[in-house]
This record gives sequence, structure tokens and C-alpha cells, in this order.
Amino acid sequence: MSKVLMKGNEAFAEAAIRAGCKCYFGYPITPQNEIPEYMSHELPKAGGAFLQAESELAAVNMAYGAAASGGRVFISTSSPGLALMQEGLGFICSAEVPLVALNVSRGGPGVGGIQPGQADYIQVTRGGYNGDAKIPVFAPAGIQECVDLIYECFDIAEEYRNPVLILADGMMGQMMEPVELPPHKGITPVDKISQEKPWAITGTDSHEGRNVIYSLRMQPEVLEKHVEKLFEKYARAEKELTRWNSLSLKDAEVVFVAFGTMSRLCAEAIELLGERGIKAGMIRPISLWPFPDKAFDELDKSTRLVISAELNMGQMLYDVKNAVQGRVEVGLINRTGGVVPSSLEIVERTLKLLEETK
Amino acid sequence: MKTVFAPTSGMTPVDTSYCPGCSHGIAHRIIMECLEERGALGRAIGVVPIGCAINAHHFMNVDMCESTHGRAPAIAAGIRRVHPDKLVFTYQGDGDLASIGAAEIVHAAHRGEKFTTFFINNAIYGMTGGQMAPTTLIGQRATTAVDGRTVEQAGMPLRVCEMLATIDMAVFVERVMLTNPAQVRRAKAAVHKALDIQEARKGFTFVEFLSACPTNWGYAPVDALKWVEEKMAAYYPVKNFRTVEL
Repeated sequence: MSKVLMKGNEAFAEAAIRAGCKCYFGYPITPQNEIPEYMSHELPKAGGAFLQAESELAAVNMAYGAAASGGRVFISTSSPGLALMQEGLGFICSAEVPLVALNVSRGGPGVGGIQPGQADYIQVTRGGYNGDAKIPVFAPAGIQECVDLIYECFDIAEEYRNPVLILADGMMGQMMEPVELPPHKGITPVDKISQEKPWAITGTDSHEGRNVIYSLRMQPEVLEKHVEKLFEKYARAEKELTRWNSLSLKDAEVVFVAFGTMSRLCAEAIELLGERGIKAGMIRPISLWPFPDKAFDELDKSTRLVISAELNMGQMLYDVKNAVQGRVEVGLINRTGGVVPSSLEIVERTLKLLEETK
Repeated sequence: MKTVFAPTSGMTPVDTSYCPGCSHGIAHRIIMECLEERGALGRAIGVVPIGCAINAHHFMNVDMCESTHGRAPAIAAGIRRVHPDKLVFTYQGDGDLASIGAAEIVHAAHRGEKFTTFFINNAIYGMTGGQMAPTTLIGQRATTAVDGRTVEQAGMPLRVCEMLATIDMAVFVERVMLTNPAQVRRAKAAVHKALDIQEARKGFTFVEFLSACPTNWGYAPVDALKWVEEKMAAYYPVKNFRTVEL
């Protein structure tokens, strides 16, 4: 198949359409506006439904209703919008309904800014919802990977009957790259939904018995059993969905841990460090939850410093330290969301950290 | 033997969790009777609110889902996008709809969503134990207004039908009450009319039921019904605000 040059946000929307997305709900927020714009004219052509919600609160709940009644559903937003969706996402975990959500993240806190950021790491990996629930989160490093993840995540969401989040950032949303688009899967016809999803609320004419999708469990013992059942699913997710890429770990003196846009800058920094005679490698988490702790077993004996490189104040650092388990020193190279360092800045700060940890 | 009465198959054969004298039971029953009479139970999908009626899915014998607080109209809008041919409804109380869910109901009406909202207005928060609602009358006592609601402190009670009737795409808006058999029959006619208009895909349809909450009002059930007729109906007139010819 041939590649096309596409803006990230438009490619992400197209990937969802090709995955058989029936419904998209969104509210305008920068830097992801090209997604609802693209969906508004392209999704109906593919037989789907676009609806501009009155708020992110409404958007996530529209998504819940559409998904609970069996539709493949995609939503997108950016950081403050995701904060507004958190209650809904926690509810949807509890109700065990699948959907795919994309966060094209920006700097914070508060309204923050509209430039690329990774300060949603804690928001997406811990969740801002109440109660015990988890959402698998994948962090692509480019447009192609994001397209492939969106395409695949509908199946993961349905397999687990849980939301799946994809964390991109404003850089990926706004830039253009050549991308190979996957084939159209087609939208499940409405009269076939109950065969594919016998739990969906499609009207009792279309399935045995009566379907009710709910979250409230007034008896504490019943609630506890439900949460334990959810955590059996999450344990399976930890086994099946943990993903990472390792780069040049052999003989590396220093290893970066970076995801998304920051991992691309670190890849450049690794080359620049090599030119200066310093062997550097990288662990790139693709799943942020489950975090790839196992990746750190691959660290070479040569490695004396692991650097968490992030576009925030060090939100992933806790997970990195937890994964390193004190085996080597852990440092941080970061700029706050909105400010993206150059690869040269990363090199200079790496050299300084290496000097300090001698 | 000739059957002169049978309970509707639209209700599950269990006791409800509602207090004696509460209007939820009657409202549930007439809505489900209407769906049964239309042969629509098997193609109906309902959304229940946060509040006492979150339990409605135990009693209404159709496919249903629970809602986050106030967002039932957004959820129904989502269901409607997947199932354009089904009969979709939300069932919401006054805290859920008129307070936390005010944005969702206004925009569902504004978009002319093809579903029906059944609005139970009993002028109080029931499930949480009698706090003031946006619909609580001036002078009415609540646990967050122990000497009665005042205009100075909490403004005037919100009239939802009157507000929605200003929205072009809210094509059927009617307020009913459930205080005696004649009123219940009127209410049932309004439910049927709303469902007729939904099925004709004309726009958003809305029925408000003035309802009694004897427990949180602190009245005996019969006195509570009198209070609906004398006090609530005086501020919230029982009438049709808008309809459309089919």
C-alpha cells in the first residue's frame, strides 16, 4: 500500500473511521480540533454518526450511551478536556463498556497552554476518577504508530470491555508525516450488534432476557466482588498489553526512558552522544499503564545512569525509579509542557548528569 | 374466567424500593403500560438517573442503563445515534435534571433529540435525604434550608417546562400530576402523545410529572398529594406548553 502525507490529527480520525467507528463525539479544544472537524465531514460518508457535544462531560457520556448500546465509539480531547471526562471514564470502567479515547495533550496545569506537553502522564496512568479502576494507555512516538494503535485499540477495548486511552501530544497532532492507512473494517450493521455484543442494550427483541448496564452496587460485598473481577481483568492486561521498545541498551553507559515526542528527541541525542564517544540507549514505554517494568531487566551491566526524559516536572520518574529498583542511579531531564528541548540541550544535560554521578 | 385486570408486563414482578406514597411507582407504571400498549417494550431502551430512580431498571422491564448524575440526555443522544429506529427515553428527577444536568437537558432539547424525557419533579432531593432542589418552593423546608427556602438565599424555583418551551426543537412539552385517577389518565395520555411524536421523529419530547415525596416533605401520603395540588400546581401549572400535529 502507498503512503499518504497527512496531518496527525486527520490521520488519527481516519484511522478510527477505518477501524469501523460508528460514533464520534467531541468538543472543540486545541490542539486536537482537526479531529472533530474531519469527523464531521468524513464519518457520515462512512455510515457513522458525528455529534458535536455541548461539553466534554456530555461527550464522554454520549460515548457511553452509544457504546453501551453496542456501537464502536471514538472520542478525542486535550488535557483539560480529559480532566472533565474523568468521572465518565471511571463510570464506564465500572459499567464495563468499551471505547477508545485519544488525548492530544498540551501543557498545564489549569488552562495551561496549547503547546505540546506530557504533563498528563499521571492523569492518564492513575486516572482522575474516583475508585479502583484502570485504563490501558498507549503512547505512540509518531503518526504511523498512533494510527496503528487507534486501529488496534478498538479490538482491545472490546476484548476487555474497558476504555483504552491513547496519549499523543500537540506535536504529533499538528505535524505531518507520511502514513500508511489500514484497510476499512466496516461498521457493524445495527441488526448484527447483539450477536457481536450480547451484553449491549439493544432492546429485548434482539436478544435473550433483559440487558442492564449499571455501576451502582449498594451491598459492599457485591461491590467488592465486582472490583475484584475488574482487577482480574487488569492483571490480564498487565500480562498481555505491556509494550516497549529498547534501543542500543548493549554497552550503554546511560539509558534514557522516554515516550512520545520526547523519545524522538532522545533518539537524536543518542546519536549526538555517540559522536562524542558516549554510548547511550533508550527504553521507550509504549504502554504507560501497564508500565514496562520488565524492560529494565534488559539493562546492561555497563549502564550506570538511567534518565527519565519528560515534558513535565518528572511525573514518570516515580515509575522509572520503581522499575529500576535501585540498581543504578536515576536522573531527570525535563522541560515543562509547552517548552520542548532541543536534542543538543538533552546531550548537554546528560553530560552534566554523568559528571555529577561519577 | 375473563381477565378484568392484569399488571403490565412492562413492570418486573418485584416490590419497588420506593417509600409509601411516593409517585415514582405510578409514573413507572403508566410509562410502562404505554410502552406495552404500543407493543414497544422489546424495542425500548431507557436511561435511569442518579437519585431514587436509579433503581428503576430493577422495575422497568426493558433494556436500560444507569447514568452519571445529570447526563442521561447525553447518554440517550448516544444511544439514539446507534439505534435510530428504537424508542429511547430518559427518566430523571429534579436534582438530576434541573440542577447538575441542566446543560444536558437544554442541549438535548435544542438539538431536537428524538427521545422522550420523563421528568419527576418532587421539589426535593430524595435519595440524599431532603436537601433543597432548584425546584423547591419558596418557604418549603429542606435539610439545607431548615427554615424554608428564601428568595434572597436561593432565588426562585426553576420552571423547567416553561424554559424548555422556549426552545424551537422541544416540540412536545407537557406538565402533568399524579394526584388522582383523572390526573393519572391525563398523564398517561401525555406519555402516549410524547411517544407518538418521538416515533414520528418530530423532535424532542418532554413530560414533567409533579410528584409527591411524603418522606422528605414530612407529610402523610394523602396530605402530600394535597400539597402537590394546592402548592406545587399553583407555581407549576399543569398544562400542555407545546405540541405538534401529526
